[in-house]
Amino acid sequence: MSDGPGALDGVRRRWDAAATRVFGNDPLLVAAVMLGIYVLFTAMTLVGPSGGDLGAIVSNLQAVTFWTALYAMMALALNLHWGYTGLFNIGVAGFMAVGVYAFAALTVPPSASPPGLGLPLVVGIAGGMLAAAFVGVLTALPALRLRADYLAIVTVALSEIIRRSLLSPELEEFTLFSNLGFVPDVTLGSGAGRGINMPTNPSIPVKSVLYTDPGNPAAGGRTVVGKAVLGAAESAGVRETVVSQFAYTLVLVAVVVLFYWLLVRVGNSPFGRVLKAIREDELVANSLGKDTRVFKIKVFALGCALMGLGGILWEAQRGFTDASVTTFRPLQTFYIFVALIIGGAGSNTGSVLGGALFAGLLFQGPLFVRRIVAHLLNLGDPPSTFVGAAAGLFSLELGGFLAYTVNNISELRFVFLGLVLIYLMQRRPTGLLGHRKEAAASVDLMERPGGESDE
Amino acid sequence: MSDDATAARAAAADAAADANADETGDVDARTGGPALEVEDLRKSFAGLVAVDGATFSVEQGSLTGLIGPNGAGKSTTFNCITGVHDVDGGTVRFFGEDVTGLRTNRVAERGLVRTFQIARELEEMTVLENLMLAPGDQRGETLAQAVLPGFRDAVRDRERALREEVWETLELFEIDHLADEQAGNLSGGQRKLLELSRALLTDPDMLLLDEPFAGVNPTLEEKLLDRIHALQRERGLTFLLVEHDMDLIMNHCEHVIVMHQGQVLAEGPPEAVRDDEQVIDAYLGEEI
Amino acid sequence: MSGTETLAGRVAPLREHPRLALVAGVVGIDVGLKLAGVWSPLPGGPLGVERLVTLLWNGLVIGLGVGLAGIGLSMTYSILRFANFAHGDYVTTGAFAGWACAWVVAAAGSGQLAGNVGGSLALGRAPDAPSAADLSVSVFGSPLAVVVGLVVAAVGTVVLTLAVDRTVFKPMRDAGGIPLLIASIGVALVIRYLIVFVYGGSSRGLTAEQTRLIVGGVDGRIALVTSRRTLREAQDGAVPVDAFYVELPVVDLGSYSAEVVAVSSAEFGLVVLALGLMYALHVTLQRTKLGTAMRATADNKDLARVTGIPTERVVRATWVIGGGLAGASGYLIALERGTLGFQLGWLLLLLIFAAVILGGIGSIYGAMVGGVLIGFTQSLAVVWIPSSFATAAAFAAMILVLVFRPEGIYGGVSTA
Repeated sequence: MSDGPGALDGVRRRWDAAATRVFGNDPLLVAAVMLGIYVLFTAMTLVGPSGGDLGAIVSNLQAVTFWTALYAMMALALNLHWGYTGLFNIGVAGFMAVGVYAFAALTVPPSASPPGLGLPLVVGIAGGMLAAAFVGVLTALPALRLRADYLAIVTVALSEIIRRSLLSPELEEFTLFSNLGFVPDVTLGSGAGRGINMPTNPSIPVKSVLYTDPGNPAAGGRTVVGKAVLGAAESAGVRETVVSQFAYTLVLVAVVVLFYWLLVRVGNSPFGRVLKAIREDELVANSLGKDTRVFKIKVFALGCALMGLGGILWEAQRGFTDASVTTFRPLQTFYIFVALIIGGAGSNTGSVLGGALFAGLLFQGPLFVRRIVAHLLNLGDPPSTFVGAAAGLFSLELGGFLAYTVNNISELRFVFLGLVLIYLMQRRPTGLLGHRKEAAASVDLMERPGGESDE
Repeated sequence: MSDDATAARAAAADAAADANADETGDVDARTGGPALEVEDLRKSFAGLVAVDGATFSVEQGSLTGLIGPNGAGKSTTFNCITGVHDVDGGTVRFFGEDVTGLRTNRVAERGLVRTFQIARELEEMTVLENLMLAPGDQRGETLAQAVLPGFRDAVRDRERALREEVWETLELFEIDHLADEQAGNLSGGQRKLLELSRALLTDPDMLLLDEPFAGVNPTLEEKLLDRIHALQRERGLTFLLVEHDMDLIMNHCEHVIVMHQGQVLAEGPPEAVRDDEQVIDAYLGEEI
Repeated sequence: MSGTETLAGRVAPLREHPRLALVAGVVGIDVGLKLAGVWSPLPGGPLGVERLVTLLWNGLVIGLGVGLAGIGLSMTYSILRFANFAHGDYVTTGAFAGWACAWVVAAAGSGQLAGNVGGSLALGRAPDAPSAADLSVSVFGSPLAVVVGLVVAAVGTVVLTLAVDRTVFKPMRDAGGIPLLIASIGVALVIRYLIVFVYGGSSRGLTAEQTRLIVGGVDGRIALVTSRRTLREAQDGAVPVDAFYVELPVVDLGSYSAEVVAVSSAEFGLVVLALGLMYALHVTLQRTKLGTAMRATADNKDLARVTGIPTERVVRATWVIGGGLAGASGYLIALERGTLGFQLGWLLLLLIFAAVILGGIGSIYGAMVGGVLIGFTQSLAVVWIPSSFATAAAFAAMILVLVFRPEGIYGGVSTA
């Protein structure tokens, strides 16, 4: 009994030491930021129209975590390209689209319209990642010797080529190998503008924990776990869908941790050291005998595979997509860039923080402001046009203009986003954490061999 | 290029058989001929001729000086030799092997490594990381070895060994107190030292040094020159040195090449070059 | 780089590129095969002369708009050394500023200004606002309004570009291409969504019904008419009396009878005004000291600074010319389309980049030629591939140029 606290201290000290060694204080930092965002969102829910409804609070916190995880995931993938290696890829959305549509082609049942191969989920995810990596390599082979700004233009153009092609009626449904007698015909399709249903998707395994018929929760019953969890949630006023989304969000968070681990592993290795050298000065890396093209192609492929996976987890989980959604547009790439730049390109923790700050403050937060203002101030019906709103300004009735502004806040947040980008580039191009030293070796380099030699 | 080949090349200094004979067909390449032969090298930029038929060779194990007024084409010559620029004409042979037009990393892999006139340190990496980058063919430089757990221990063992080598080099160059500093924060002289030490860590057979002592204090400069002579003696390393300090060239180089307007103006022992009329003319009005 | 070089001389470098010549040759031969209706190794069916003429005309119209917009992008890319992703939104700004003004002038011209200023400025997005048809906004319906609008489009965009340069880009002159590029994405977002804030997210009709000039064959003669019905009647042998009908004398094509191409007044306006602006720019750059200074700056910024050309003044001039032309191009492209939405310039931006890169970054004539080539690529692509891939084909052409000849057709040359 007497040595209990001591043992506990010892464990804690060892734990602290381990935590410091592995992550530094970064997990704490992320936790603190997330806590801050949760407090903010809880407060915003409390003063908003839903008031103190627990269900609404949980739902909102779920949503902000969901978006944080998605943007953190994508920012990490992009960090591999831009932060580590200095490859200015602004075609992220295109690689996500490749991942999603390859996933769809593999998993959609052959009987569906548009049809697919009906393969299992895992095959679809692996195939989607491989397809994205493959397109990445195809891009990388010719494009990686280009200047950074040319690479940017090539990648964004490629992502638009991919998106427009997926919307092309010619690819809505097509048959492969129809001229080859020895290979069976394979009919696939993008669904073009009408989109594509993905009954097999990453949300299914998560739902299967709660429901006996995960493809259609309403039709089937609940599993044992489902009965317990959903029952408890419902008695607390939390909606059923929020619970299953929350469960899926946990999966996303796990993937973020996985991405983070992978990037740390890559970064703290001789391989990562060469990547950073390429970012700093490719000629120096060449002059030291490193075949930088090989490194760039490999890291481009890996990053694209992660983007493909990110796309699948982001877009395919909805069970339906079409190529006209924002997820596959260049705008989406810019969002991800903003997240990465806020956090600090080059820093993994920064990528996660950037994802959180972007999703929380820039992406979701303003929408709350609209609801809260509308709830607290009785501004009346906002004018439907700017002219109507501006007319009030002349007669010094600011209410109409304010109402119009608040009502259009979802457009204005892009203005704000742009201003943040400009500000960061002018004042703090390294973002929050980009200026930090990031390790570039698998061992602690400062550990001097043979004890401390004093000279 | 494997470690075996590198070892074989070191042995070549003692007139051993050429490890690359099968590759190049130059059987007698390592039997005491010159380390570097540059023949009729030509390079111009948008009509401006920078190197105009330069021909010279550098003997194995020598410390050769490459001098010339500003704009004589010295740095461009380095860039052509190391594949940074495509050459317009001429050949570059390294231990008898034609390396003309090879990519920079291929040239470096063969043991011909250079430093830059304006030091190019990797600014946002620490001095240690800059140096850890240098050794070739590191375990863990492939993606699989970097990521897969099975390779972890081997990679770390290798990194620990490299770390030892790197610290020794840091101490040798008296920059060990800067080990954890970001290279971008170093002074001009420190950057030069970093570059030189980084180049040495690639385990080269020949170093092309572009004004390596600019901004380095004289005491350390003497020490480094001693080290260079030691490397010449002990490992048979060959050095080609661009330098503006004439005293240094005269006192330390066995052989001097003078470039002027893209051509080799004179070549020979320091004393002979110093008294050459053409050289004196070329340098008139130039800051030496 | 003497001032005596002609436009024709500038086009000459096309002949010096074997790869481009090869592509042009293959395309030309295949078009010939398809016109002749014989078998062709490439995909795509037979091609009628009328379709080819229409595609070429459409390509020229798109291309001149894109080329006009590209001039500014090319200039700023070479002088300020960054890819300005806000350029597309400068184009949009010009379109909105110009057309808002054109509507007001049209309203005043038709005596409907009272009570309609706001509605006109808002381009119809206001309670009880007039429509384009109400104000009969079109090239021939209200020529004064269209011209005034063009001037305002240019001037308004110049003001915007100078303001943006002052606040965003000038403090970052030495920041390097990528930070500037990222900042320009920020600028693009700010401009685009401020436009949405004011004008809304949906697109609107801009001009009243267009007058059309139809070129057709009537029994071997080439005739100009203003309606399909007139053409049909003429082909049937009944020469219309009170309708517009002009036969070109000299030509005789046997018994050729068909509609060849229809040219709208808006397309006509775009082509004439764009060519006029390009020629005016050509003259300006050749005849003034400013042109020389800009060429020097593009060639070597440091050298220009040393030799005493005031670089900041040149930078300002670049924005004035580039911004003005971007705004004008947006205005003209909107005129041609007859509709206007906030995504106009953003969706064109990649095509504009394609034109600039194809022509060679920094070359003004390259941007013009590149624009027309990109226009042809996009419109003629349908001869070989489905129309849904036409834009993708133009982007692909750009990628190929970047990969295989990043200096473009006029590569290594410099501004002008």
